Amino acid sequence: MDDPGDNTRLVGRSPARERLHRATELVIETVIRVCGVSAVIFVFGIFYFVFREAAPLLFGGLDLGQLLTSSAWYPDSSNPRYGAFALIAGTLSVTLLAMLIAVPLGLGAAVFVSEFCTGRTKEILKIVIELLAAIPSVVWGFIGLVILNPVIIDLFDTPVGLNILNGAILLALMSVPIMVSIGEDALKAVPDAYREAAEAMGATRWQVTWRVLLPAARNGLLAAVLLGVGRAVGETMAVLMATGHSVNVPDSPLDSVRTITATIAAELGETAQGSNHYRVLFVLGSLLFLITFLVNLTADLVIRGVKKR
Amino acid sequence: MTKPQGIRTENLSLWYGQFQALLDVSLEIHHGRVTGLIGPSGCGKTTLLRCFNRINERIDGVRTAGHVHILGEDIYAPGVDLVELRKRVGMVFQRPNPLPLSVRENVLFGLRIHFRRGELRKDELAHAVEASLKEVGLWEALKDKLGHRATSLSLEQQQKLCIARLLPLRPEVLLMDEPCSALDPAATQRVEQLIRELRDRYTILIVTHNMAQARRISDECIFMLLGKLIEHRRTEDLFISPKDERTANYVEGRFG
Ligand SMILES: Nc1ncnc2c1ncn2[C@@H]1O[C@H](COP(=O)(O)OP(=O)(O)O)[C@@H](O)[C@H]1O
Ligand SMILES: [Mg+2]
Repeated sequence: MDDPGDNTRLVGRSPARERLHRATELVIETVIRVCGVSAVIFVFGIFYFVFREAAPLLFGGLDLGQLLTSSAWYPDSSNPRYGAFALIAGTLSVTLLAMLIAVPLGLGAAVFVSEFCTGRTKEILKIVIELLAAIPSVVWGFIGLVILNPVIIDLFDTPVGLNILNGAILLALMSVPIMVSIGEDALKAVPDAYREAAEAMGATRWQVTWRVLLPAARNGLLAAVLLGVGRAVGETMAVLMATGHSVNVPDSPLDSVRTITATIAAELGETAQGSNHYRVLFVLGSLLFLITFLVNLTADLVIRGVKKR
Repeated sequence: MTKPQGIRTENLSLWYGQFQALLDVSLEIHHGRVTGLIGPSGCGKTTLLRCFNRINERIDGVRTAGHVHILGEDIYAPGVDLVELRKRVGMVFQRPNPLPLSVRENVLFGLRIHFRRGELRKDELAHAVEASLKEVGLWEALKDKLGHRATSLSLEQQQKLCIARLLPLRPEVLLMDEPCSALDPAATQRVEQLIRELRDRYTILIVTHNMAQARRISDECIFMLLGKLIEHRRTEDLFISPKDERTANYVEGRFG
């Protein structure tokens, strides 16, 4: 900017070029605005569509109390009952166990990659973890069926290995990559001055991690965890294949369950459009929407609360 | 040895990869005095200072040769405990770098990392916070803000806090790398005052860019140039009757 030549060029632009410049600016701005707005429109559009399919039943005779508290899921019977409690319990139990596995694993891996690895090891690890993210969920389901299933049967001496544990392990492995990459970014963003300050006072690397980095990167790590939760709650194929597909309120991690997503995926194709069964699946879809919305909202509020302090 | 020893180096050299930043530096820094370290930018002041708590080793490709004795111990000997070394040798950085924790936890950080939870009594911790903050003159201003994030304080308060957090560990040496360079003149004056008050109990080595500051606060002064120690004398002597021509040129402001 010290260069005077630069200034004269900026000031003395010809009117034609000036107009062209303005026009380009306008086009770019419009494109960006359309992109931003369309993202919002899509989200609302999807929600509107799901809700529209659900609404006639939701406001026309569906017993919400029954939906949320009963486990009687007989959508096809001559006396249909729509109790989704077991499905909700299935989703929550698989997600919860998956997070119990994934959070320590994912955050641990993020810390390891970001703080304890250098050079080649680090590069290789990151590539491997990214590869993990590239495995399609059907393949994960397949791994659950043919590998984890017999292993769980052997290890725990249960008749079936397609259960909460199986699904949770798969979901954990599926949500680890996103946790690692977001978590690593969060740790990388912690200024090196903090590490240096702590080390200069005699902190070991563990102490630096535990006492400085984790608190400093708290928001980013929370975001990493919540994105992992989002991934786990919404995942369909792997849990469909690996959790045993039995509508059941579990009382042990070795019970088979069925999740909301698996139910929608398995049953939607067989229902007549506009039937009550069809609509109740959309009610479940709305419920899923609500859950992920609440997860994100909490995340947002927590992060904002943290920021204010 | 009757008097406690400060820092002594013998032929200390340091390389960043291929580049040699320190060349055969031999010096003796006395306990209970403030020693100033002056010289033009890039002459190796920071590098030398960072040898004394071995924090240079965080950087890849750093190699050191020669000896550094602090309080009579060779800190580059094999088997030296870095944790213990850094407990005894505190460092204040050029840019204030309080940890992103509360004021209280910043002051207590040293105690927390060097002692197990069971070894720290609550009243001792409270006392350490109060005593350390009083010592740096922050207590009145911060006593009701102990839970506030340290990173939200003013720069002056941050830098004083960075000094305060070293005190609970009772270090013997304080290394300060241009501690006032991020502060305004008034704050600088108050931090200098603080350093003068700390003088007797510690070996203080302070890097400064500012010759007036070196004259104000140091008892002895070391002039460095291009990685070499040129002259080390009482501050007045170094400024009034430098022996080396390069020192004379520098202190008279002919380069730097
Ligand atoms: N991390 C580093 N890697 C390579 N060279 C460095 C590094 N840090 C400092 N240097 C070089 O070492 C020399 C001394 O630097 P420094 O000790 O920071 O000087 P001062 O503090 O006196 O300004 C300079 O030439 C600088 O470029
Ligand atoms: Mg420097």
